[in-house]
Amino acid sequence: MSKKSKGQTIITIYPDWCKGCGICVAFCPAKVLELDAAGKARVAHPEECINCGFCERHCPDFAISVVPRGRKKRLPPELENGV
Amino acid sequence: MSDVTELIHQYLRHNKKFPHVFCPGCGHGIVLGSLIRSVHELALSKDEVVLVAGIGCSGRIAVYVDFNTVHTTHGRALTFATGIKMANPDLKVIALMGDGDAFSIGGNHLIHAARRNIGVTALVLNNSIYGMTGGQSSATTPKGAVSQTAPFGHLEKSFDLVKLASAAGANGVSRGTVFHVNMLDRLIAEAVSRPGFNLVEIMSPCFTQYGRKNKFKSAVDMFKWLKTETSPLESWEQLPPEEKAKRLPIGTFLAGQEPGLEVLYGNLRDDLAAKEQPR
Amino acid sequence: MATPRKTKKQVLFAQGNEAVVEGALLAGCTFFAGYPITPSSEIMEEMARRLPRSETGVFIQMEDEIASMGAIIGASLAGRKVMTATSGPGFSLMQEHLGYACMTEVPLVIVNVMRGGPSTGLPTSPAQGDVQQARWGTHGDHPIIVLSAASVQECLEMTVTAFNFAEKYRSPVILLLDEITAHTREKIELPLPGEHEIFNRVVPSMPPEWYKPFEDTMRGVPSMPPLGSGYRYHVTGLTHDVMGFPTQQPDEIKALIERLFRKIDQFYTDIMLVDEYLTTDAEVGVVAYGSVARSAELAVAQAREAGVNAGLLKLKTLFPFPRPFVERLARSCKTLIVPEMNMGQMSREVKRVAASLTHIRTLNRIDGQIITPSQILKAITQG
Repeated sequence: MSKKSKGQTIITIYPDWCKGCGICVAFCPAKVLELDAAGKARVAHPEECINCGFCERHCPDFAISVVPRGRKKRLPPELENGV
Repeated sequence: MSDVTELIHQYLRHNKKFPHVFCPGCGHGIVLGSLIRSVHELALSKDEVVLVAGIGCSGRIAVYVDFNTVHTTHGRALTFATGIKMANPDLKVIALMGDGDAFSIGGNHLIHAARRNIGVTALVLNNSIYGMTGGQSSATTPKGAVSQTAPFGHLEKSFDLVKLASAAGANGVSRGTVFHVNMLDRLIAEAVSRPGFNLVEIMSPCFTQYGRKNKFKSAVDMFKWLKTETSPLESWEQLPPEEKAKRLPIGTFLAGQEPGLEVLYGNLRDDLAAKEQPR
Repeated sequence: MATPRKTKKQVLFAQGNEAVVEGALLAGCTFFAGYPITPSSEIMEEMARRLPRSETGVFIQMEDEIASMGAIIGASLAGRKVMTATSGPGFSLMQEHLGYACMTEVPLVIVNVMRGGPSTGLPTSPAQGDVQQARWGTHGDHPIIVLSAASVQECLEMTVTAFNFAEKYRSPVILLLDEITAHTREKIELPLPGEHEIFNRVVPSMPPEWYKPFEDTMRGVPSMPPLGSGYRYHVTGLTHDVMGFPTQQPDEIKALIERLFRKIDQFYTDIMLVDEYLTTDAEVGVVAYGSVARSAELAVAQAREAGVNAGLLKLKTLFPFPRPFVERLARSCKTLIVPEMNMGQMSREVKRVAASLTHIRTLNRIDGQIITPSQILKAITQG
């Protein structure tokens, strides 16, 4: 694998679900995120994102989604594996 | 690394109110995410998973996820789980409990579930406190910590859940944290796939009821603690004894492959049937 | 062991505890969880021998009675017909999960072989001290079905009935025996296959996404799918809405609790079982249940020989309390006698419904000894 290129992601934050705990902001290795005036996470520097996925895995409220650019956002139906 | 959140959303109950009830920075949501990814990774169907929860903050997780969910009584989740697994061994039965739930009021059920090696995965969300009832001491509250029922510092020792479950005979025993999420995904998936009784202790901090009374400045501060004060088991074992005492080892402690009780019972039935057949 | 061409009834010389097992297996019980306790242990021992020899049977010995109840509730949710057996101290421990089963409408059968109490009490002596505990032992307002049996044959039959009621009404059913009924050995006949109607719970048949797990119906009893059958839903001991999710809405709370009562209340005539012996012209009525009812039957016969028009109302259903039968007897009798091996638990109910209709006499014994026919006869002849 070559060196990670930055800013190749679409980061979506759902403010309705964000409780402003600040975990994503505190631990983002590229300092992409910050808390806005309302105390919710917002994407301040999307160009710095290295797509490590820390924020979406650690968001206790499922309020952040990080998807590589150029990729369909929705899961294909076959991933929905209910019988 | 992508699609994590979209995947989780597909497993949530869309008729439930989100965001969920947990406090800002509570690790319980992270555990739910990790559980969903593990179930998905193992290609289990929603129908074959039964999530059996106890009472407390952790017990509230079950309502949000679209599995078969049974929210039981305080401390008794494993007894229900045992009945479900024995009644239908094809189901993947996952018991979700808090530390007070599993090890105080439910301590006896836990050691017996471990001893009889029933094929159930026990996820114990350890936040060192009774969160839902307002921050009273639990069996895992550290000595010296302040709680609503130990306002001058907790005098009692706390349980080491890993040692306790191991001594009681569990097939698999591991400890993870909500900071080390990739490891947690792996620990849960391994526990669910391993036969017999498997316990995963999950350190999931409670800032609201524990952290702010015990010198943590924020939920983030508690996650930092998880990051800096834990060591993977392999490196922890190389530490000098005085360092070992200070740091919390995380990883897989036991990974036995003994068949679960439900398998042994099925075999017994088959043997008896074979004996009575020719006549 | 069973031969298919059976037309003659198999006869056993069995004790009540063994008859319970026969009844349970006949009713389709495939899951038993329990914890040993005198004088009920023979039930679990026999289950331990029998269940693994059936196609799908499961027996498990749990770590205590709380766990036994948890296990059978879990198994019932997974689609099994389930039972546990215990005695006083164990029954006390079961109260927590009895309430859970009422709230979540999980069919199950608890056999409580009553012994002397309170506390450890008299483990090997008979008593009937758990009658009101069976009714009101768990916290909160709830309906419950409580049955009893007076003979070994009845132990078998009432166990079948207990399972049928549990499945039909999605309710826990308690079968109260006493140490005498449980340990007496007598001849019983095993029913022929098909002789007893066996009721199985109603399972949903609509597409899963349309299923409302706690929806009200005409019967008030929702259908119940086994876990893993595609009908994914939430079960909780919290007060819940029709989807099974916790609620604090007053209208939803009221609807749930009222339905729980209504589903039992509206089937009183089906559930209230009694045997009447010489009651049509009775002037002195005896209301009894369990082994005491057998003493009472003999006493009534002897009273008739002595020229007293006595009659017996034997309660097989204790709760819902068979009020219409007691009232009718009370109207025709100048005295009702309620003999029981406690300080007056069923007589409370009799007084509640009939105190204004007739004179009610209690006859209580709590020394670990049976109430004899002569004791009851004496009470009858004294009027």
